Amino acid sequence: MNAQNKFISRAKLADWLKELSSRFEVWAPRKEGEGARSVVVYRPFEAEKGLELDRKPTESAKHTMFPRSETLFNFRRNLVEGAPSLELEEAADPAPRLVFGLLSCDARGFQIFDPVYNGSGTNGQAKDTYYLKRRSSTVLIVKSCSKVLSTCFCNWVGGGPASTEGADVLATEVQDGFLLTPVSERGAAVLDSSLLAATNSDMESAAADSQTKAAAALPAAPDLKESQSALLGKFDNAAFWQAESSKCLSCGACTYLCPTCYCFNISDEAAGYNGVRLRNWDSCMMPLFTMEASGHNPRTPKMGRLKNRVGHKFSYYPSLHGGRIACCGCGRCIKSCPSSVDIRRIVTDAIGFTETVGLKEQNNG
Amino acid sequence: MANENATPTPTYEPGTRNPYMPYVATVVEVVTETHNIKTFRLRLDGEGVHEAFDHKPGQTGQLSVFGVGESTFVINSPPTRKDKYIQFSCMRAGEVTTALHGLQAGDKIGVRAPMGNSFDYDAMKGKDIFFIGGGIGMAPMRTLLLYMLDNRKDYGKISLLYGAKSPEDLSFAEDREDWLKRDDMNTYLTIDKEAPGWEHKVGLIPHVLEAIGPSPENCVAITCGPPIMIKFVLQALNKLGFKPDQIVTTLEKRMKCGIGICGRCNIGGKYVCIDGPVFTFEQLSQMPNEL
Ligand SMILES: Cc1cc2nc3c(=O)[nH]c(=O)nc-3n(C[C@H](O)[C@H](O)[C@H](O)COP(=O)(O)OP(=O)(O)OC[C@H]3O[C@@H](n4cnc5c(N)ncnc54)[C@H](O)[C@@H]3O)c2cc1C
Ligand code: SF4
Ligand code: SF4
Ligand code: FES
Repeated sequence: MNAQNKFISRAKLADWLKELSSRFEVWAPRKEGEGARSVVVYRPFEAEKGLELDRKPTESAKHTMFPRSETLFNFRRNLVEGAPSLELEEAADPAPRLVFGLLSCDARGFQIFDPVYNGSGTNGQAKDTYYLKRRSSTVLIVKSCSKVLSTCFCNWVGGGPASTEGADVLATEVQDGFLLTPVSERGAAVLDSSLLAATNSDMESAAADSQTKAAAALPAAPDLKESQSALLGKFDNAAFWQAESSKCLSCGACTYLCPTCYCFNISDEAAGYNGVRLRNWDSCMMPLFTMEASGHNPRTPKMGRLKNRVGHKFSYYPSLHGGRIACCGCGRCIKSCPSSVDIRRIVTDAIGFTETVGLKEQNNG
Repeated sequence: MANENATPTPTYEPGTRNPYMPYVATVVEVVTETHNIKTFRLRLDGEGVHEAFDHKPGQTGQLSVFGVGESTFVINSPPTRKDKYIQFSCMRAGEVTTALHGLQAGDKIGVRAPMGNSFDYDAMKGKDIFFIGGGIGMAPMRTLLLYMLDNRKDYGKISLLYGAKSPEDLSFAEDREDWLKRDDMNTYLTIDKEAPGWEHKVGLIPHVLEAIGPSPENCVAITCGPPIMIKFVLQALNKLGFKPDQIVTTLEKRMKCGIGICGRCNIGGKYVCIDGPVFTFEQLSQMPNEL
């Protein structure tokens, strides 16, 4: 597809996103807050609020596809004496979206959602129509990652800083702008703009160079295929899980920041006779997640919950979905954990090769 | 540069059924079973909707009280008896079940069903069946029991041991009368402690089971009830010579979506909402120990 590569200069980027805003609800990363307290978050694009493309986004882009809170349907009750009636009205279809500047690991995150929300990899076969509607109408412009952090391990789980998996367009930073490579047809369609320029061979080789450099900055990837059986083998080993979870505070930050955590809750909100049924993000790190009405809870100690989070990603999910690991190696859960819990280490400890892999103890404090 | 192995982005096909949208149903009758269990008989609204509804014994459904929420219950009437209504029996336990208990005939309710797997009633053909139920655990078994009674010639000897704390805690009074009268099944009722006027067995279910002593020969034992009861029933069945693949139960887990997506009800790689609720103890022995 090289022939259709395009160039967008930093100077014209905001104009291009404005142009795209006539066809899409455009989302892009921007900085919120000041100085050491600032974070980089994905928000609906507003030119005057700027873009932040140099720092890594603190949160994942998961909420652009899977909102934190989403209306499933509205209900209206009419309690007329003798003839009560009830009307249900499905939420309106989402507007087409375009996400600019998500990281390659974040785009791969959606691919981990796909077989679950598409019902193709489960016995239920149910199709999550809300997710599918958004997924099929959203264009993803992935920014090839040029800043490898000590917490990054996308290459352990099948990814890479310039992976195009899940992307519609790959944007690679070059002098004064980005080289845009169409990956899918709908990606090619958004590159049709007079604000974009043709590329030249200098840009092409600079882009290839920066991609190679980023890939080389990652530590060597250990083979994780044993994680499935190793974690199951440790299931009843309370001493192992006690040790691995001793620092965990059950705050749930890891799950909310994670691009591959997809658990949700369903609840109603009503005022008078009208109301909505909502789905909201939930977290398996929360003690109430599995609490039954009888008071029985199969995951009372926190080690049971951390075991589920790691087990799901590196053992149960792969066993259901052709070996694919349900973690894209973005490292956010490691970087943002207040207690420096390191998911890589739990997996390599379970397999028993942490020493060989050469992981150091994290200390975020 | 595109990854050849990458899975294609799934697309939405217009007209795909929305699995979160409940059927609207009308409560046709409410039966008070015990001080904390009520049975709800429901008919799905809309022309031909109720008639088209199809389920298998053991399958579950999510009932909605709009404005309060949704909860999981077993459909406890068999497909052979659904012309007038489908039935759910709900024990008052928390928010949704308390709201359910406030419903009356004529009220509207939401139903997402059927969900989950079912009892393997075909594989049980020609076998003796021994049901062991405690408390609300009788609900899932009622569906299968009635289904088998409606297809009586397909099954061998059918026996039921149903117990509760006291006579007032036993549900399904009408059914019980019929079951006791029938000569094509054996019905044993038990309560924990002696009570005035009680003419049946007295004692904890596992003890009564051992005393009855069913033979494991060509027999399937089906047991549902509180975890502590299941634990001791299992020991009793082992003593009687039942193998794990001859013992069937239903699991309970906190649920939300009921369709294998929300991630709440897993035991390792199994989702109780879609891979269950029915499991044999042989299957459970191969799953991670997280009940
Ligand atoms: C497969 C299955 C079949 C069941 N069949 C029956 C039945 O036939 N009759 C019956 O009386 N009860 C049954 N239960 C238990 C019933 O679902 C809970 O008692 C009920 O959800 C409690 O809801 P609540 O809102 O009143 O309680 P709350 O404590 O207020 O619960 C809040 C929410 O948590 C969830 N929840 C809490 N406990 C459970 C639980 N044990 N299982 C599933 N979700 C839970 C529900 O979504 C509920 O809305 C079944 C459970 C499962 C999993
Ligand atoms: S972020 Fe760290 S402390 Fe918080 S729940 Fe996750 S692992 Fe535990
Ligand atoms: S588990 Fe951690 S490293 Fe893996 S995708 Fe989630 S946040 Fe990123
Ligand atoms: S209830 Fe949602 S996955 Fe089982």
